[in-house]
Amino acid sequence: MRTLLLLLSGALFGTGLAISGMINPQRVIGFLDVSGAWDPSLAFVMGGALSVFALGLILLKKRGRGFFNCKLPDLSPDPISKRLVVGSALFGVGWGLGGLCPGPALANLSLLRPAAITFTASMLVGMLLVQRLCKVD
Amino acid sequence: MQFPESWIHGLAGGLLIGLGSIIALAVTGKVPGISGIVARLLKPSPGDIAWRGLFLVGLLAGAAITVTCYEPAKLFSIPVGRTLPVYAIAGLLVGFGTRLGGGCTSGHGVCGIGAGARDSIIATITFMAAGMLTVLMWKMIS
Repeated sequence: MRTLLLLLSGALFGTGLAISGMINPQRVIGFLDVSGAWDPSLAFVMGGALSVFALGLILLKKRGRGFFNCKLPDLSPDPISKRLVVGSALFGVGWGLGGLCPGPALANLSLLRPAAITFTASMLVGMLLVQRLCKVD
Repeated sequence: MQFPESWIHGLAGGLLIGLGSIIALAVTGKVPGISGIVARLLKPSPGDIAWRGLFLVGLLAGAAITVTCYEPAKLFSIPVGRTLPVYAIAGLLVGFGTRLGGGCTSGHGVCGIGAGARDSIIATITFMAAGMLTVLMWKMIS
């Protein structure tokens, strides 16, 4: 049951990415291109996703536990650090260059698109590098 | 008033992304940000591997099936000039930056903001601003 729910949650996520148009780099760049014909679709994706997530979280908190009696994660914010800002800025530059972030890159990987294969391979290298150099997990 | 189809697709897709995220959280008790799910597979700890793998298998399968069966999801184009070497650099920055910053569009943008976390709001504003600046500069130099 747990296995099925995990597969299902991933499948919902992947389906959502594909339907939302966010696996299309052109769409993402269209959102980031504020000086051109701005495409607000990405704002609808994020708005929709975080509303469902926030609502679900309220219900789970009322319940006090997750499914199968699992403990809910600690979602209290971390202090604002230099790492948070520098890391997010670097991520943003990469996002603006390719129009891909990790989720859509993986979704495109399933379709064996060359840009996604290249992007994902070097994303893994970037993750390994930061794990070695900056002691993050 | 008629909304553009891309907004409706965006909203519908977003609702599914949110649903998938909250189910994964309820089942695992972990915050299901994609960059974290992937990165912690590279640095595995016992008992923490299977759920990440299952979620990612679901994500890849869900995307592949949807693109195969649903015409609007087939849209894929890369803006001019963004060659594979550009994607190699982009991926490196995204891998490095998301882990240093502790999350990506899903971990900070959806889960973090959905939980009302201030650090995630700052992170999201930062990566969106950096992304917008990058696109602007790309247009200026190309």
